Amino acid sequence: MERSEIEAGLKELLVNDLGVEAENITNASTFEQDLEVDSLGVVELLMALEDKYGVKIPDEEAESITTVGEAVDLVHDKLSASQGG
Amino acid sequence: MTGRRVVVTGLGTVNPVGADPQSFWKNLLDGKSGISTIQGFDASHLPVRIAGEVASFDPELYIPKKEARRLDRFAQLFWAASDQALNDAGLDYRDAGEEAYRAGVVVGSGIGGIISIQNGVDTIRDRGPDRVSPLVVTQIIANGAGGMVSIAYGLQGPNTCVVTACAASANAIGDAAEIIKRDDADVMLAGGSEAALAEFPVAAFAQTRALSTRNDEPERASRPFDADRDGFVMAEGAAVLVLEEFEHAKARGATIYAEVVGYGMSADGYHITLPRPGGMGAARAMQRALDNARLGPEDIGYINAHGTSTPANDTTETAAIKLAFGDAAYRVPVSSTKSMTGHLLGGAGALESIACVLAIRDGVIPPTINLENPDPECDLDYVPNTAREVKVRRAMTNSFGFGGHNVALVFSAV
Repeated sequence: MERSEIEAGLKELLVNDLGVEAENITNASTFEQDLEVDSLGVVELLMALEDKYGVKIPDEEAESITTVGEAVDLVHDKLSASQGG
Repeated sequence: MTGRRVVVTGLGTVNPVGADPQSFWKNLLDGKSGISTIQGFDASHLPVRIAGEVASFDPELYIPKKEARRLDRFAQLFWAASDQALNDAGLDYRDAGEEAYRAGVVVGSGIGGIISIQNGVDTIRDRGPDRVSPLVVTQIIANGAGGMVSIAYGLQGPNTCVVTACAASANAIGDAAEIIKRDDADVMLAGGSEAALAEFPVAAFAQTRALSTRNDEPERASRPFDADRDGFVMAEGAAVLVLEEFEHAKARGATIYAEVVGYGMSADGYHITLPRPGGMGAARAMQRALDNARLGPEDIGYINAHGTSTPANDTTETAAIKLAFGDAAYRVPVSSTKSMTGHLLGGAGALESIACVLAIRDGVIPPTINLENPDPECDLDYVPNTAREVKVRRAMTNSFGFGGHNVALVFSAV
């Protein structure tokens, strides 16, 4: 799957489920500071990504995610790894 | 002590009979039932298929979308009623500085976020523990509603929660008034909320055998004091009163509805669901409230009864009123607005307090509807079927909860 597809999917979740304004979202946006998604919201978002893309994000990896770009990269890496394997 | 007096300066409610205090009051005086066949979920396989639902409630009228989706329905309803009450009182603490430290909340709920409990348990069973939402904890906790309202409106004074089943929001009002009297706050939002219309809670309440099964005649199912009553009708909704210290209210030119003058409590110490036979437990709460108000039975012009429409409550409450009021019991009009609203459980006491406050303001008593064939053991003046215009200076409301909690509040014209 293309990285841009995951980016669009993540953006959709942020807008529809978490009430973030679409125009505020960039790759560099931090969830808590820039997008005002609190720690509970980040957990929700990662769960939604797991459901949407059929990947598993372990807690220790989830804890290091602070920006939109990092979340997209993580899902992208998981999908590539599973397809490669 | 300081002699601080507590008055009511704002009202808010969302309930099966009305989506705001004005429409609620109008429909109540018109004797309109808010009970219908359950639409909100599939109840077709349950023994009880009727309830008082808040139809077409749109939380986003009051709550930002981002917040609304994070809340259980009981908290959404409480937020909506709180918003109405604060607007009615003309109070806003969002940029108020230290004044906000003198404004707080007491919320009452019988259960809290039980729909979220049901959904969370469904999720863990169907999809596993790692699919349970991180929001479930804050959706479930009964105090969450008061917490969210304090965040939304900047209320940084005392903030607590009462969970005494169907007496919860009556306790909330009494406790909030005490907080103001002892000078811990000048303004308190006090009330309650319940949203327990879902498969699990309705099935569970049905199993207690306390609910009406008059499924074919929803509007006639809640019939307090009638010989053919067969149980209460569950309802959802919220009601909130702004309580304010009298001088504080006068100084800012607030509209004053009534004064909170009496608060009495007792426990039956008898059975977890059944009232103590003879009514002495409830009578002691009424007596305490009268003593607290320094009033006698003849001073009360209206009693809004707990009046659930269960066989046990209505005869026992009638006996209790006779114990507390003596001969005056036969002269004071008593009505049960649950005949129209159904039973809001933890929200009931606050909703019925609003009915008392408006009865004092307007000089009219809402009726007990569906009272067609009075139970011989229920022989008081229940204001049957039609509202009655009569000057009311002071009104009492009763609330009793599973666990044996008895609460009476007295409101007075100022």
